[in-house]
Amino acid sequence: MLCDVCHKNEASVHLTEIVDNQITELHLCEECARQKGAQMEQHFGLTDLLAGLSDLGQQFEVAGKTEAKCPNCGLAYQDFRRIGRLGCSVCYEAFKDSLGVLLKRIHGSTQHLGRTPAKAKAGAKAAAAPVQKRPEIDMLRAKLQKTIEMEEFEEAARLRDKLRALEAKNKKGSKRTR
Amino acid sequence: MKFNDLIKQACEWLKGTGPNSNIVISSRIRLARNLKRIPFSHWANKKQKEEVLIRAKEALAASNYTKGALFLQLADLNNLDKQFLIERHLISKEHALRPNHRAVVIGDREILSIMINEEDHLRIQVMQSGFSLQEAWQIIRNIDEEFEKKLDFAYSQDWGYLTACPTNTGTGLRASVMLHLPALVMTRQINKVLQAITKLSLTARGFYGEGTEASGNFFQISNQVTLGHSEEDLLDNIERIIKQVIGHEQNARKALFEQDRPRVEDRIWRAFATLKNAHIITSKEAIDLFSKVRLGVDAGILKEGLDIQTINRIFILIQPAHLQKIERKALSPQERDIKRAELIRKELGGNRDV
Repeated sequence: MLCDVCHKNEASVHLTEIVDNQITELHLCEECARQKGAQMEQHFGLTDLLAGLSDLGQQFEVAGKTEAKCPNCGLAYQDFRRIGRLGCSVCYEAFKDSLGVLLKRIHGSTQHLGRTPAKAKAGAKAAAAPVQKRPEIDMLRAKLQKTIEMEEFEEAARLRDKLRALEAKNKKGSKRTR
Repeated sequence: MKFNDLIKQACEWLKGTGPNSNIVISSRIRLARNLKRIPFSHWANKKQKEEVLIRAKEALAASNYTKGALFLQLADLNNLDKQFLIERHLISKEHALRPNHRAVVIGDREILSIMINEEDHLRIQVMQSGFSLQEAWQIIRNIDEEFEKKLDFAYSQDWGYLTACPTNTGTGLRASVMLHLPALVMTRQINKVLQAITKLSLTARGFYGEGTEASGNFFQISNQVTLGHSEEDLLDNIERIIKQVIGHEQNARKALFEQDRPRVEDRIWRAFATLKNAHIITSKEAIDLFSKVRLGVDAGILKEGLDIQTINRIFILIQPAHLQKIERKALSPQERDIKRAELIRKELGGNRDV
């Protein structure tokens, strides 16, 4: 198989990504992979592919967004694209849209289902209203994941629709409260 | 505890005990944690990094898990000491390379270590011997719970723990298991296994000896994804896959001995004989030979008082910085190859005559 970029050399680096059930495959020769920031020698890890990934993510970015700066630490989105690291925790809020796309590409998900620090739990209770629907969404999401793993696709489709409806409702709700 | 006590100390993860310790050397879990609003280490100024150090120290002082722990400022250490910590898997190369305003905390028996101001403000690590991810998770979760009482961790409802690199966002959890898979390598099935692992959103990489030369037969497998699953699910997934890899290795070992016992035994005995008699040996050669000896011990071929723990210990001691710490002086690579051979002969009770 020839490299998707130069169409000259044999492809030896194969990337498969699944985003929203759409499979994208990218086959690169070593040279082009290296140019894409894919340093394969130490890790096969995503950290090193990240520079390449956020390049690929470019098409999803809203024009003009790259000049946005984090109000807390001053890091620009362009800086992030260059160094592959964010500047501080507030960056996640500042570059929310682009990062959402990127996180989905890396992890296949944008919903944390792990631990919550005790302090954040207490904080969430205080600001209860907008997050009230969260547990229900989390539960549905976990169920959906299970049904996909069990290959029960009909049930999965039903859960997915329910989840979407709930999320849409939630978005409207939280906008109104603002 | 003092720095120089480390070398005399047997670290927990090399004990050679724990489930499946004939195949799994060690299990490690690390958590990436950051303080709210303070820039991540690469983007922070001196003052901000000092603030992280101070706050981390306060939390450490209040924790039961870090009582009596060794607190080391990286800038206070010479290159040899830093290399020594890398070889013991207590700090990363990256941490040693830029030592200013960075620290490491090393707990009892090196089960716990915490890098401060590495890529993330805190990188908490727990290591256990054998296939023991659940034990490691219990320990690290308790430590995390203690720290979060004192420290305001960067966290979002949607994206979980916020980290410098988005590949760690979510749980910030990376579980790694170090495996010895000689039979899968010998029967040429290893690439198939590693490819399958990569498809299951895990990463596999070779375990490196000196420098960058990859040493066959040792592999580290870890999770790639950190967001969208609970910690328990992430661990469950990696455990299930590792169990399968262990099964494949066991089958391959069985097949190897059934099909070609004399040849395999020959390779094991020759490896043992070389280690017992060599007077000059590079770390790559030593690691390759010990891999065969390890297989021989597991198969009950090599007895002679050799056990997995001894092999694990020699493995650590023959690394460059360890040899130089033992000798208490700088050694050239050629001198190290001689001292390494000497140490191995002594440990294996082989021919000590010069």
